[in-house]
Amino acid sequence: MHSPLEQFEIHRLIHLNLGGFDASFTNSSLFMLIVSVLVTIMLTAPMRRAGLVPSRWQSVAEMLYEFVASMLSDNAGKGSARYFPFVFTLFMFILGCNLMGLVPFTFTVTSHIIVTFAFAAIINIGVTVIGIAKHGPRWFKLFVPSGVPIPLLVILVPIEIISYLTRPMSLSVRLFANMMAGHTILKVFGGFAVMLGLFGVLPWLFIIAFTALEFLVAVLQAYVFAILTCIYLNDALHVNH
Amino acid sequence: MEPEAAKLIGAGLASIALIGAGVGIGIIFGNFLQGALRNPSAADGQFARALLGFALCEATGLFGLVMAFIILFAF
Repeated sequence: MHSPLEQFEIHRLIHLNLGGFDASFTNSSLFMLIVSVLVTIMLTAPMRRAGLVPSRWQSVAEMLYEFVASMLSDNAGKGSARYFPFVFTLFMFILGCNLMGLVPFTFTVTSHIIVTFAFAAIINIGVTVIGIAKHGPRWFKLFVPSGVPIPLLVILVPIEIISYLTRPMSLSVRLFANMMAGHTILKVFGGFAVMLGLFGVLPWLFIIAFTALEFLVAVLQAYVFAILTCIYLNDALHVNH
Repeated sequence: MEPEAAKLIGAGLASIALIGAGVGIGIIFGNFLQGALRNPSAADGQFARALLGFALCEATGLFGLVMAFIILFAF
């Protein structure tokens, strides 16, 4: 009997040992590579013969660009345009990984907490460094909301600091839990569909409906990750709590 | 009590957190629909924000589910 969690196992495809450090090329790395190549091709190929009246794929690339650009400028304000390449790459990679996981027999890269935590940790450290580099010691005013009496500040500042430090945790676990739970449910109902024989039609119909929901969740989680990155960037660039 | 039994009971208890997710999502979309029926022309502009609220609310419920999985498989 196979477990529904077997789909998340990492298999080494090319064994590589760098001085005691296991740097093998795994199925996770393979799908990250596939997603990167596909996203790059999808965004650059239609722009080779870019016309004023866009072709279909050029339209798609332009819509994605404009979507992320407007999201960044709406949420992070002035001075945020220099971070657009990062936010756009982040959004397209997470979107690509989430959607690739819905193709049968693929591996969902973002269903591992280490991947999403790496994203969230880099974003949090980066935003902190940007904030301190830009504002210096005034950056610590982020933890001190304005218009609060002193006795309340003694309790409020530690709470604000702890809530700032848990932001990468919540950012990473949100994406990880959505991806893992969705794929686990699909596998469990797949097991039901096989076990029930003729009545397996009912779990099969549920899987069809749930896969539609998973498409929405994949796109939505990529959007939420990107927009929260823009909001955290706003906190770093404009410290006025 | 055997550890296996304790794990199963713990995972079941941790999944109760999903009640909060259900209630929260219902509140978000209920209020969105209420506002949309009063001002339909402004509804489409705010739908993105409703989806953002839905994702953030779902996240807290899924934190509970992750705790259930940790209890079930990581101990």
